[in-house]
Amino acid sequence: MIEWTAPPRRPLLRQPAALAALIWLTLAGGAAIAAPVLAPAGPLAAAPERSLLPPGPEAVLGTDLLGRDILTRLLWGGRWTLQMGLIGMAVAVGLGLPLGLTAGSLGDRVDVLLMRLVDGLLAFPGLLLAMAAVAVLGTGLTPVAVAVGLAAAPPYARVARSVALEVRAQPYIEAARATGVPPFRIALRHILPNAAPALIAFATTQLGWVLLNGAALNFLGLGVPPGTPEWGAMLAEGRAYLREAPWAGGFPGLALTLTVLAANLLGDGLQEALGV
Amino acid sequence: MGMGVGYAGRRLLGAVFVLWLSATLAFFALKLTPGDPAQALLAASGATAEEVAERRAQLGLDDPLLLQYIRYILAIGQGDLGRSWLHGRPVGRMILEQLGPTAELAAAAMVVGVVLGTALGVLAAVRRRTWVDTLATALAVVGLSTPTYWSGLLAILLFSLRLRWLPATGEGGARHLVLPALVLGFSLSGSIARMVRAQVAEVLGSAFVLAARARGLPNRRVLFVHVLRAAAGPALAVTALQFGFLLGGAVVTESVFARRGLGKLAVEAILWRDLPVVRGVVVVGALAYVLVNLMADLLHAWLDPRLREETG
Repeated sequence: MIEWTAPPRRPLLRQPAALAALIWLTLAGGAAIAAPVLAPAGPLAAAPERSLLPPGPEAVLGTDLLGRDILTRLLWGGRWTLQMGLIGMAVAVGLGLPLGLTAGSLGDRVDVLLMRLVDGLLAFPGLLLAMAAVAVLGTGLTPVAVAVGLAAAPPYARVARSVALEVRAQPYIEAARATGVPPFRIALRHILPNAAPALIAFATTQLGWVLLNGAALNFLGLGVPPGTPEWGAMLAEGRAYLREAPWAGGFPGLALTLTVLAANLLGDGLQEALGV
Repeated sequence: MGMGVGYAGRRLLGAVFVLWLSATLAFFALKLTPGDPAQALLAASGATAEEVAERRAQLGLDDPLLLQYIRYILAIGQGDLGRSWLHGRPVGRMILEQLGPTAELAAAAMVVGVVLGTALGVLAAVRRRTWVDTLATALAVVGLSTPTYWSGLLAILLFSLRLRWLPATGEGGARHLVLPALVLGFSLSGSIARMVRAQVAEVLGSAFVLAARARGLPNRRVLFVHVLRAAAGPALAVTALQFGFLLGGAVVTESVFARRGLGKLAVEAILWRDLPVVRGVVVVGALAYVLVNLMADLLHAWLDPRLREETG
């Protein structure tokens, strides 16, 4: 009943869940890019006579209160939601990576100082930190994306540091140091490339967190203006007539959940494939 | 408990430092916010420039930044979080009024999350690479990925609107707490299950478990007496780290179920740019997080004597 062996390393192509996640993310991204072609009517085309149509031949995923097509809005909404996710992830990595890499590569006093700062930031509950950032930056898609990115940066810095520390302990780094290679060159040319697999895998997981919490801010009404087909905002709108038309909020929620799930599964899959 | 003053003292000092850092960051972050608070406050009443200037002086906004900062830190030290720009009431009092419902939800969700997460994690670790493991791991990642603002709507749809078992929104008694606690607890259980699984798997591979089994102890006894006890400490520490997630989740869950609480307070404060309230919620959130983690650290050290020797 009880056994324990080291986890096996499996390539991404041999992991069904991670592969499905990759396919879903590709499809969602492609659909968002192709939205103007796939749904030329646009996400704001209202038709009062088509109000609250259930999913069926007339509208595949139904319509909302103003008669706007849910599928069309979902496709266009991917542009908002995924863009937010990518900006947020870029902010998290752009701030967290240099911080963590510097702390982990240089060590000693720099490490202690930077990690104290990061720990202080980590003491803010992530979503509350993002909300505080929104209070400073104002509402809108980019402020929300930057806010969740800021909140996701401290955990990313922590991971980057611990990976850098691990690589730094390797004999070849010691050899490089002994031959007088300057610290920043060691960090960029020796530690970074060897830490990359773990850093990429964790960045993918952070994408899931950023999507989940960015859409949450939009759901709370702190982000995009009302009526924007962003998935979290669509959910909030659909909540108002949940009883009459559960599809109006249900499908945006499903799309968001599947995308967050895909980011998490892909992150796990990458970790397994890259052996980190 | 026989715990050395050294360990507890270091942890306490660390907690105070983190709190100070949080309060400082909150102060300067909100100082960066564009716009004149005095003007924002009086804009609706069509105040004259003199009235705005008078209000600025009253709020201490014309003083040097360092003075404002020192005043702010001293006030926080005495539990004074300032006054709401919107309502003119003490922020601390406003937060205290809303703390009850949020704490109630967070505590109930924590119980749901810990029970469900531990059960899933232990099952998955013990039955590694069977369908039980696959199912438990899948449930964990789904819990982790599902926004509470979606699962909450689905729960309302099913249990309130269709089955009519439980009230959909509002508060008042345990019946109103069931759905929000289940929804938030489920999303929490995912990350707890993952950590419990990793901890239990690690302990299962250790030498003392092998020794216990070699002595012929029954598997069940090994699991419940040795493995779970050894895994409890680390699992507890990482669960405490999830408390921040729980607070953020509570904010959203409150909104879904139209409950009173810190979430509603924070969202309204942000929309109205009532910055002292935003700052107060953030500082209190950090305080709660630091306290929970401090308690978890001390409990962890009590469970595992080796930690007390640790330096740094």
